[in-house]
Amino acid sequence: MYMSSASTHGSIGQPPKYSVKGLRALFGSHEVLHGVDIDIPAKGVTAVIGPSGCGKSTFVRCLNRMHELVVAARAEGTVALDGEDIYAHDVDPVLLRRRVGMVFQKPNPFPTMSIRNNVLAGKYLTHTHRRAEADAIVESALRKAALWDEVKDRLNAQGSGLSGGQQQRLCIARAIAVEPDVLLMDEPCSALDPIATARIEDLIHELKDQYTMVIVTHNMQQAARVSDQTAFFLQGDLVEAGPTNTIFTKPKDSRTEDYITGKFG
Amino acid sequence: MGRSIRRADNGRAKLYERIFVAMCIGAVLLPAITLLGLLLSLLSDGLPRLSWDFFTSFPSRKAELAGILPSAVGTLYLMALTAVIALPLGVGAAIYLEEYGRKRKLATIIEINIANLAGVPSVIYGLLGLGLFVRTLGMGRSLIAGACTLALLVLPVVVVASREALRTVPMGTREACLALGATRWQTIRQVVLPQSLPGVLTGCILAVSRAMGETAPLVLVGALSYVTFLPDGLDAPFSALPIQIFNWVSRPQPAFLVNAAAAIVVLLGMMLVLNAIAVVVRDRMQMKLGRPA
Repeated sequence: MYMSSASTHGSIGQPPKYSVKGLRALFGSHEVLHGVDIDIPAKGVTAVIGPSGCGKSTFVRCLNRMHELVVAARAEGTVALDGEDIYAHDVDPVLLRRRVGMVFQKPNPFPTMSIRNNVLAGKYLTHTHRRAEADAIVESALRKAALWDEVKDRLNAQGSGLSGGQQQRLCIARAIAVEPDVLLMDEPCSALDPIATARIEDLIHELKDQYTMVIVTHNMQQAARVSDQTAFFLQGDLVEAGPTNTIFTKPKDSRTEDYITGKFG
Repeated sequence: MGRSIRRADNGRAKLYERIFVAMCIGAVLLPAITLLGLLLSLLSDGLPRLSWDFFTSFPSRKAELAGILPSAVGTLYLMALTAVIALPLGVGAAIYLEEYGRKRKLATIIEINIANLAGVPSVIYGLLGLGLFVRTLGMGRSLIAGACTLALLVLPVVVVASREALRTVPMGTREACLALGATRWQTIRQVVLPQSLPGVLTGCILAVSRAMGETAPLVLVGALSYVTFLPDGLDAPFSALPIQIFNWVSRPQPAFLVNAAAAIVVLLGMMLVLNAIAVVVRDRMQMKLGRPA
């Protein structure tokens, strides 16, 4: 079927960061992903688009094994990260998630922690925290998340006192601080106003040289603005994936065109 | 002219509304006034008897010489022990049910049973305590046997309250933590528990304050009403305020009734203090969490 159309679209010669084959995701007996094949190239931004309920969130949650945390949820197929199947029996999802960071739809800084401790949370939680490095990590993560100048004078204030956009950038800093290779973002701007959204998009642009980024969005303009590759999901199937330019200008599948031109969705 | 918007033309609906409001006010006032009356008569009986001697004396055959020292101390020890036993067990059970057991059938069965256990009369717990702790485990009629029995009694309340508190932590917070590469236990220990602590503590304090007034299980476990010494260890015989009150009330001499009233005032005062602590703890911690109280 059209799954085969989702061919490799990374830079030629470079092995893909993720190589997904026959990925099926289920909640109980309800299948929400019906066998997805896609390669995600290293570095750069891959946007995952599609109408509500198409399985795009489930797809990225399968990339760091967060999907299986929901009661009765499971996944089948292979998802290779740098050639290693993350669903192999001897893979510890906890260690995997230290390499694959995630930013969620709703900003969720830890309310019991200060801004500084939020950034260091991953280090504390995983007992990889070293006091001597702490200040440097906090500053570099907050700088990368473009939040340093706004919070440097109140690092010990509660993270929950920040604005929504600042909270989301704090969450990005928190994810960056554990030094992942991959950053998954599940509709990171959908709870934010346009100005905060623009700042996050700038940030995504700055981070894409260092991280492999996968961003779920139902905002097509956003996908067009920030991504290098785009994958279009519909009703649990990957319809089409390829360079964002191609997907938005001459999609192969008529359903992709209908969605992008706003005929449905 | 449009349809009337004058008050006078809506008389019937207004009347019904007034009747309903009056009934609601009545429903609030009736128990409140009854309780207030009870409290006032208690205070007028008991307050004059409250003196320093009353707190520092042992029970006596002469009502005017009798005091509540051993029973008050017994109650304090009991409450501390009950909390020490019930808290870790209850919170631990709540953590299992809420955080780990969700996918398992066993958890559902336990859940239903805990809800039922919370409704079991306290006499039954007393019998269980007598059979299990006093006899089978050979603890005798001791402080520890009483505390274990009371701990069993409040365990369901602690579990239910702790689960409620754990449930107030949003799923998103847990996911954020897990996505950072934390294990479930790290997530619970460092994020979920600190955030739900106010609720857990409030529930536990309220549960303990409920145990404080229990009489029946202690009677069955063999608490004494005439004690001339303070408990000197976990295995020591003991008394407790409710037992002392029960004993005094059942005596024919009116002077002992006055003693009972005074002891009830003390017991109520202790409960009030505990509940106040619960409220303060909750508000303090919620403020620290930056959540609206």
